[in-house]
Amino acid sequence: MFSSIQNYHSFLATNPTGCSETVEHYLAKIEAQKHLNAFVETFADDARQQAKTLDTKRNAGEPLGKLHGVVVSIKDVICYKGHKVTASSKILENYTAVYNATAVEKLLKEDAIIIGRNNCDEFAMGSSSENSFYGNIKNGLNETLVPGGSSGGSAVAVQMGMSMVSLGSDTGGSVRQPADFCGIVGLKPTYGRISRYGLIAYASSFDQIGIFANSVDDAALVLEVIAGTDDFDSTASLQEVPNYSEQLTTDKKYRFVYFRQAIEHPGLDKEMAATIQSYIQKLKDDGHIVEPVEFDLLDETIPTYYVLTTAEASSNLSRFDGVKYGYRAADNFNSLQEMYKKTRSEGFGKEVQRRIMLGTFVLSEGYFDAYYTKAQQVRQMLCNTTNEVFKNYDAILSPTVPSTAFKIGAKSNDSVAMYLADLYTVFSNLVGIPAICVPLFKHSNGMPFGLQVMGKHFKETEMLSMAKSLEKK
Amino acid sequence: MDTSKYEAVIGLEVHAQLQTNTKLFCGDSILFGAEPNTQVSPITLGHPGTLPKTNTKAIDFAVKLGLACNCEIVEKNYFARKNYFYPDLPKGYQISQHTTPICKGGTVPIKIDGVEKIIQLNRIHIEEDAGKSIHDLYDNETCIDLNRAGTPLLEIVTEPCLHSSEEAFQYVTELRKLVRWIGVCDGNMEQGSLRCDANVSIRLKGETTLGTKVEVKNVNSIRNVKRAIDAEIKRMIELVEGGGTVTQQTRSYDVNTDKTIGIRDKEDANDYRYFADPDLNPFHITQEFVSSIQASLPTLPNKLAEEFKQEFGLSDYDAAQLCEDKSIADFFNKTAAINSNYKGIANFILGPVKQYLNENSLSIDEISLQANNLSDLIKIIDEGKVNFSVASSKILPIIIAENKSPLQVAQELNLLQTNDSNEIEDWVNTVIQNMPDKVAEYKKGKKGLIGLFVGEVKKLSKGKADPKIVTDLLTSKLNS
Repeated sequence: MFSSIQNYHSFLATNPTGCSETVEHYLAKIEAQKHLNAFVETFADDARQQAKTLDTKRNAGEPLGKLHGVVVSIKDVICYKGHKVTASSKILENYTAVYNATAVEKLLKEDAIIIGRNNCDEFAMGSSSENSFYGNIKNGLNETLVPGGSSGGSAVAVQMGMSMVSLGSDTGGSVRQPADFCGIVGLKPTYGRISRYGLIAYASSFDQIGIFANSVDDAALVLEVIAGTDDFDSTASLQEVPNYSEQLTTDKKYRFVYFRQAIEHPGLDKEMAATIQSYIQKLKDDGHIVEPVEFDLLDETIPTYYVLTTAEASSNLSRFDGVKYGYRAADNFNSLQEMYKKTRSEGFGKEVQRRIMLGTFVLSEGYFDAYYTKAQQVRQMLCNTTNEVFKNYDAILSPTVPSTAFKIGAKSNDSVAMYLADLYTVFSNLVGIPAICVPLFKHSNGMPFGLQVMGKHFKETEMLSMAKSLEKK
Repeated sequence: MDTSKYEAVIGLEVHAQLQTNTKLFCGDSILFGAEPNTQVSPITLGHPGTLPKTNTKAIDFAVKLGLACNCEIVEKNYFARKNYFYPDLPKGYQISQHTTPICKGGTVPIKIDGVEKIIQLNRIHIEEDAGKSIHDLYDNETCIDLNRAGTPLLEIVTEPCLHSSEEAFQYVTELRKLVRWIGVCDGNMEQGSLRCDANVSIRLKGETTLGTKVEVKNVNSIRNVKRAIDAEIKRMIELVEGGGTVTQQTRSYDVNTDKTIGIRDKEDANDYRYFADPDLNPFHITQEFVSSIQASLPTLPNKLAEEFKQEFGLSDYDAAQLCEDKSIADFFNKTAAINSNYKGIANFILGPVKQYLNENSLSIDEISLQANNLSDLIKIIDEGKVNFSVASSKILPIIIAENKSPLQVAQELNLLQTNDSNEIEDWVNTVIQNMPDKVAEYKKGKKGLIGLFVGEVKKLSKGKADPKIVTDLLTSKLNS
């Protein structure tokens, strides 16, 4: 009955205490799988109260919200007023959100139930969910493996039935990569499609709230609810939000393109490459056009991404200084400088410190042009390439990650190897286009993987339709 | 010590808080004087996840001042982050402009001893203010008030083209007049809505390269701008004459000792790591927008003074004085529209009216004086019904306090001047009878006593006797 929002709503239609029962079900699931470490905290009391209110509302025959009773978990970087939000960092330990993120506001307005906050990489920085102040997260399908990151807790929550859908954030693949490792749907909309107000910033020009779901349909419905313009975010788009959930089609033929260098990349797992190649043939057989194009800049995407995101992060994270809220080092410092240094050295984890330092470096006088300006130029070139490609094609197909989920600890001492896990995902964040990962395959190692579809700016309806077509096959 | 071989080179950075009601990137009030930390939304406090949203009124104001200073208005703009850590800077960066100031170049004309000098501007840009650190409330603690954080500012930067504290004084005076005139800033230096930092250096006269500069901060009145610069020039010359060299520093002016004190050396200077703020979209200023702002701009003081001279035949001095303050100039204009004794109006406004305003620290908008009442007052002076001194000392205070006809006031207080010569002759005779000694002295040649007699008649008549008739009558009687 929880396999899709639609089925769930049919169940609720005949069950007067349905929401309350459902909340108990999910709370029990979370409790039973505590060892996976997917949740930092459950909001049990509020969820139960909300369920009761919703049951009463439904029984009274009042109009119901689009996400009536849907159990949602949120990554620990999204503000939910009156509840703790810490970016899985010591520096925000015990910090309570003083307002609702716009996305949360919209979820609640459509009757969703927020069951708890998901563990993640500290400040969304990481590809394996091993950088959390609350400890690492385990992949539910194989507990010796990572779930991917940074939104690992959200992915595992949906993977293991601890919430129906989950909101994560995707700066360079942090939704799609863990979705791929966990075998579920992961959607990153166009930059600006969902307000970022209330999403703790990592890299402002890349960050986008993303959705984990069991199906494309569920993801489409949640997107329809949380997308849209916002008075509190000037980078949120003014473009109208379509009713995605009612507009998805599965009968169209598309013009797909893939980057030759991506499929032939030496870092891509051989079996995955072969599986994807043969899948491409199948798509052609079904009447779609699938063609390769050259893409010389693939290997530049990761350095470009890391220069720009760390630059933005170094500035975005300056507000965590021990002055106004959050963690402050014990009161035995002799100067303001020392207070800052101690607070931030003790409050931030290693990976966050590494990225702050890297970002501070690339913005420094004397280095700015060589790194930051150069990276902005590459970003512009990538945008131009994208526009060219989309003149002839409807969408770009690509692997989501070069490998299936890897062993916990396998890459945690090798940052560069870890950063390569983002090879296929950072592109859409660099150019701002929407992307979705659809679970389609199973590796001989037993782990799932899927295919990534990247659509045109604000053409989520088309992209979701394509994803649904693939999902149905 | 020979100070005359040195020349000072000064550049000024003025920060003007904009009268926008709300902050630059959120809806918090910017009203001065509120309880500390009461105008602080999560956005002002830099809570996690908050984002800025531009108050477009600040852009209007920036363009307004830019046009008033003949700046080039930059079409493509973006906001940049200036990164540094300080407790009164909640986000750890200040949102400012860097490579694209909204206004480039520009000029502000000043007058030094009647000679015009053009002060060249480098740029005007928009930025947000920081909060306030209060160091003197407790011994070992600093208090932070973030009400001011996020208040919109314009930073107006001159070229290093000033050469004396007097020029700096005149420039800031002129700039303050201008920002008030066009209504973008209240210009109140004591409350910090207008602040001035001075970059000062010295060099030997005739040299063309600039000396090492010192930035002098914490100057909170126009008079102190002058004093701080003088103090710094004096310090620099003494230093150099004593064999020392000036080091690049930030110094603070201490009013009590009339000295500047070093607060930061160049080595401690921040690398601000400017980059375009990714939370805000670049913004474009269209030609239509510039035209609409241009159309909304009032006639500027220098031009208006010129018009007053042409149209009303006023002197340079009167025209300039009237154009010191827009509300005064407007009031003059209104009065001049209904009374053609322009010189009389100017005299009355610049004399007794302005004196009253200064004594009571009021602006002309804050009193009940109406243009038609002032016009009527001048009319009854011109008609000889009251004299100037009675009009200014007795009638004016009443028509300042309430909207009342001056003629009616004069009647009620029995102040109407008489030119009935019988009545005046009675007063004159009484005075002559009462002062035989003085009359004798007068007759012996002490002609200056005439003023005394006139004054006595004035007293006796309670100001109602026309002084001209009184003088004539007295003279003829005493000389007979």
